[in-house]
Amino acid sequence: MNIMADTAPVKTARYDIGERGSFRIADLLRQWEFLLGLLLVAVFCINCLLLPHFLDFYNLADSTFNFSEKALIALPMALLIICREIDISVSAVIALSSVAMGVANHYGVPAVGLFVVGIGTGTLCGLLNGLLVTRFALPSIVVTIGSMSLFRGLASVVLGDQAFTNYPELLSDWGQGYFFDVLPRPFAVLIVAALAFAALLHCTAWGRRIYAIGNNPVAARFSGIAVDRYRLMLFVLTGAMAGLAGCLLTGRIGSTRPNIALGWELEIITVVILGGVSIAGGAGTIGGVLLAVLTLGMVTYGLALANIPGIIMTIVVGALLLTTIAVPRLLRGKATR
Amino acid sequence: MSLNQNSGPAPGPGPGRPPLFSRLSGLASRPREPLLAVLIAALILLVGLRAPAFLTMRSMDNLLTDSALPVMLALTQMLVIVTRGIDLSVASNLALSGMMSALLAMHFPQLPIGLVIACALCIGLALGLINGWLIGYLSLPPIVVTLGSMSVYRGLVFVLSGGAWVSSRNMPADFIAFPLGRLMGLTHLVWLAALAIVVLWFVARHTRFGRDLYAIGNDPVAAGYVGIASPQRLFWTYGLSGAMAGLCGYLWVARYAVAYTEIAYGFELTVIAACVIGGISIAGGVGNISGAVLGALFLAVINNALPMVQISPFWQSALTGLVILSAVIINARGEKKRNKQILPLHFHTELRATAAPVTRTPA
Repeated sequence: MNIMADTAPVKTARYDIGERGSFRIADLLRQWEFLLGLLLVAVFCINCLLLPHFLDFYNLADSTFNFSEKALIALPMALLIICREIDISVSAVIALSSVAMGVANHYGVPAVGLFVVGIGTGTLCGLLNGLLVTRFALPSIVVTIGSMSLFRGLASVVLGDQAFTNYPELLSDWGQGYFFDVLPRPFAVLIVAALAFAALLHCTAWGRRIYAIGNNPVAARFSGIAVDRYRLMLFVLTGAMAGLAGCLLTGRIGSTRPNIALGWELEIITVVILGGVSIAGGAGTIGGVLLAVLTLGMVTYGLALANIPGIIMTIVVGALLLTTIAVPRLLRGKATR
Repeated sequence: MSLNQNSGPAPGPGPGRPPLFSRLSGLASRPREPLLAVLIAALILLVGLRAPAFLTMRSMDNLLTDSALPVMLALTQMLVIVTRGIDLSVASNLALSGMMSALLAMHFPQLPIGLVIACALCIGLALGLINGWLIGYLSLPPIVVTLGSMSVYRGLVFVLSGGAWVSSRNMPADFIAFPLGRLMGLTHLVWLAALAIVVLWFVARHTRFGRDLYAIGNDPVAAGYVGIASPQRLFWTYGLSGAMAGLCGYLWVARYAVAYTEIAYGFELTVIAACVIGGISIAGGVGNISGAVLGALFLAVINNALPMVQISPFWQSALTGLVILSAVIINARGEKKRNKQILPLHFHTELRATAAPVTRTPA
């Protein structure tokens, strides 16, 4: 104690926090979001040059229908992955909430009630995931692989080989309608949700704590963060957003079929990782995720205009994912272990 | 030899009879393989009571043949999971090598069947080694790498086939006949699975390569310090997983006599589920061959039994989910305390009991 005071009498804080460094171009280039932004601009320009009908405003607006629902789930998924968790069951949650809406519709629940049913089902699914992960201290990837099977199974038990159709007008208004005749409603919902999530993650103590948990859950627990409560909340949030996406998707395609949203979970996770969220937790931004969503959306739309089958897109996405993680690693050279 | 016998989920109690306490507390953490085997037997018998047809030789033969592919894939997936990794690309790898071997057999019908199988194996190996290189030598996260290669491989199937199906009339007869051909009463599929079990059991249990995988999974840093070449080990582990997927690709395509883009879609998660049911910890370092085999068998029994007892096949996925969740909950009970308890409570109570009178003295 005395020795400490003698050597450093003025300092009261235990650590020095350096001044923020001056702005440098090199720092900007190291920013993932900046590179993604460049990529988005590049994709946009290439598409404009090569495809004559690309720069049609209505076409561009309509192309957002393809990714809005996935992007809605990518937002809470980013939070989960930052928090070192993952949710494989999201697409099954979409299926289950869509089926729940179909059943409710069958029994004459009014249109507004369907939204409540859909989002409520999603929330309950998320709650189950969250409880299993936090109460039993299970790895989330295993739990959600199991619950994926369970949710999709329940959906197919109810659905059988049938399909629910005849959804009310209001649902398709939200799934495929526009605000002011130009702005697709799912995209508007996505923008609002992205702003809310960005504010939550980047401007509140709540968000900072998610980063803290992702960087080191044990240290976060020691510094008084109710880690399990945050995890539970994130799973519930993911479930609710998946429910919401289920509502929009059901409205857009106007029916519930057994293969609804099949395989979306891995696409969503790919987008989140492309957006610069570290799979090891503790790093990533909502802006990056949104940029990745838009970039992939533009690529898909361009490929569709060029009449290239959609499955080629999976190669593009996979290759993009592999190169984006491998190239920085190759440039940096040997890892410090 | 006797030193490195503890490859099960929990090291068994020391020599001699374990005290009652440790036996009770160890109930949740002792090896689950016997329990799982009993469960499978009980399940088979229960289904047999409802539907005696399930217990006939013919149905058992079907069950074994059906479970061969998931068992084989679960074996190598288990090795991957033991190293703290995961291989999501197996199903896509299977589809790609299956499609390539089907195309090969279609264009060169006179090729001997052994060569086609070897080609499928090598294609799978090459695809797996790409994963292995990225994960081992570049130390990239396995889940991300295999997620990416999963998409790429699946897309390549479409590119290669042009979206067309290769159906049974395009394939040579011996290409289709091999998997279901019989040797001493059992199908070739079952024999191959048995061979894979024996070989990989030996690899995991008695070779330096296999023991190194457990070391890497238990503590990668410590494994590096004791001089295990982790990158090289991981490289070949994913290569092995790929080679198995390649072999299964040929078997799958030949058995169902059709190859198209979506074969085995989503099967990677079934394989991982089999491993989880078999008590292989996703956190790495824990698990053995018998667990993987029994986990895959368990799923196969459920799938084959449902139609027998006239439960709608739509229940299959839901039941699988329930089984996975209950298996992980049971598996986790032994580890729960350790993960969640920050301060050892029993230590405090002991301390208070012995040191209670002394604590009054000023510190």
